[in-house]
Amino acid sequence: MDGLNVRARVWKFPENVNTDQIIPNRAYYLSPEEQLPFIFDAMRPGWVDEMKNGDIIIAERNFGMGSSRPAARNLALLGVGCLVADNINGLFYRNSVNFGLPAIECSGVSDMFEEGQVAEVSFQDFTIRNIDTGESLTGREVPKSLLRILKAGGLYPLLEDEGMIALVE
Amino acid sequence: MGMTIIEKILTKAGGVPVKPGDLATVKVDVACLFDNNFMASVWRDVLHVEDPSKVVVVIDHRAPAAHVGSAHAHATARTFVEKFGIEHFHDIGYDQGICHVLMAEHGYARPGGVLLCSDSHTCSAGALNCAARGVGSPDMFYAVCKGETWFRVGETIRYELTGQLPHYAFMKDVFFKIAGEYGGHVSQNVEFGGPALGTLPIDARRTMATMGAELSAEFATFEPDDILFDYVKERTNVPFEPQIPDPDADYLDKREINLSEIRPLVALPDSVVNNSANVQDVAGTRLDQCFVGSCANGTFDDLSSVAQVLAGRRVARGTRFIITPGSQSIYRRALKAGIIEILMDAGAVVTNSTCGACGGGHMGIVGAGDTVITASTRNFKGRMGDPTAKIYMGSSATVAASAVEGAIADPTPYLS
Repeated sequence: MDGLNVRARVWKFPENVNTDQIIPNRAYYLSPEEQLPFIFDAMRPGWVDEMKNGDIIIAERNFGMGSSRPAARNLALLGVGCLVADNINGLFYRNSVNFGLPAIECSGVSDMFEEGQVAEVSFQDFTIRNIDTGESLTGREVPKSLLRILKAGGLYPLLEDEGMIALVE
Repeated sequence: MGMTIIEKILTKAGGVPVKPGDLATVKVDVACLFDNNFMASVWRDVLHVEDPSKVVVVIDHRAPAAHVGSAHAHATARTFVEKFGIEHFHDIGYDQGICHVLMAEHGYARPGGVLLCSDSHTCSAGALNCAARGVGSPDMFYAVCKGETWFRVGETIRYELTGQLPHYAFMKDVFFKIAGEYGGHVSQNVEFGGPALGTLPIDARRTMATMGAELSAEFATFEPDDILFDYVKERTNVPFEPQIPDPDADYLDKREINLSEIRPLVALPDSVVNNSANVQDVAGTRLDQCFVGSCANGTFDDLSSVAQVLAGRRVARGTRFIITPGSQSIYRRALKAGIIEILMDAGAVVTNSTCGACGGGHMGIVGAGDTVITASTRNFKGRMGDPTAKIYMGSSATVAASAVEGAIADPTPYLS
């Protein structure tokens, strides 16, 4: 499972970040790529240009509350390397796993980081380390079957392999 | 230790006993696809359907089509339905409606069943004793192709409902009480039961179960009773196995809600969680638009309470009142009962059934700086249109009274 481990810069987000802040209604009917500039455009204008491929989001409680829209897909497409939050909205968590966005819940993690610090996230033992301060915490275990989905890049590659859905040209 | 309702349904559907902390893999009884699944940016071409009789297809979010994008999605849905011979198809027309309303109305949601749809308010069918959860699009493709899904099993909070609602208070107000007092329920299930159940029609239970999504609950489920069995048997011959909680079920917490003490409440703008207030606290707030509709409040009982308030009155000048029935069937029933005439005579605009203004999709999108009160599901910033709009939420009766006064108002004097 080495492929899922991340070490990168941290961006901090508050509690109750909702799906409409990631995909506003006015972006809904655009192509996935065209939707990306709208990510957090109301709450953090310019963030999509500042963040770098592989960066880590560290958030407070209930990240991703709201609708089933593919907000996790868009964060993955944008290049977010991992999402770690005190806890994650259940529907958003499903979408994270099923769209292949590595995500871990870890109570207290938001207090352990300042924005701009470097985090290291392990999907072997589910520890989150603050490289700048040396502190670490262990998050909620991701079950093996979900790790398998994450490692495959989500459910679509699995369904494609089984001939259940067509490949995208 | 015994099991809660959800633990029992998931145990039966997966064939393996579950407890909080487990990952359950279960068979899906009903997989509902709706127009957003068929959007060009979301749809994946399905090559295999495990069991077409378990798939329901609904066109509801932008129905009839609001723009070229939605027209394209509807066409993709029709092609899919044709290709796999999907019998349960709700296109624009006689059986049109919001998918969660149709799940109940057409007997797709059956007690003890597992129901999946990639709309967050799928928990609505929890009112019918289902394990019903809003999931993502990939989950839907997986369920349609393979007939199964996964759930993380959470702990359960039991809400014991006692007493009886006063005539001026509604299940929406009960929701505001729970959301205001206890906040979010992330990773937890909520279970409703208790002696007050017998006083609560299915419509009222559906309002509460639907709002479970706003509590961020994994599942929101009601205990089954004779009112439910009669409702379901009127709609389907398919046998079902209801689940009741074990007497020694292990709950994270048990909380009593005395319905007799409920007063009209509202949610203040931007969140319905930890954001409730007495209607009197904000009474007099000027309104540009009022809305009643959605999977939570487009029920017949909602339209009926609005008519009670509006009868012989007019919507205030300068305020728009938009009403969207949850299904065309509810619309027809309200029409025959004389309710639609009362609403229209008062100056309300009654639209066809669709998700409509609730999601800011069409038919009532709110503009910059608008102040709104809505009886629907969600009031995030920008939810119903422009992000500078202020969206309050209330019961349908509170919204109707507010439409009459052109400002947020207590419905109590309007209800006998």
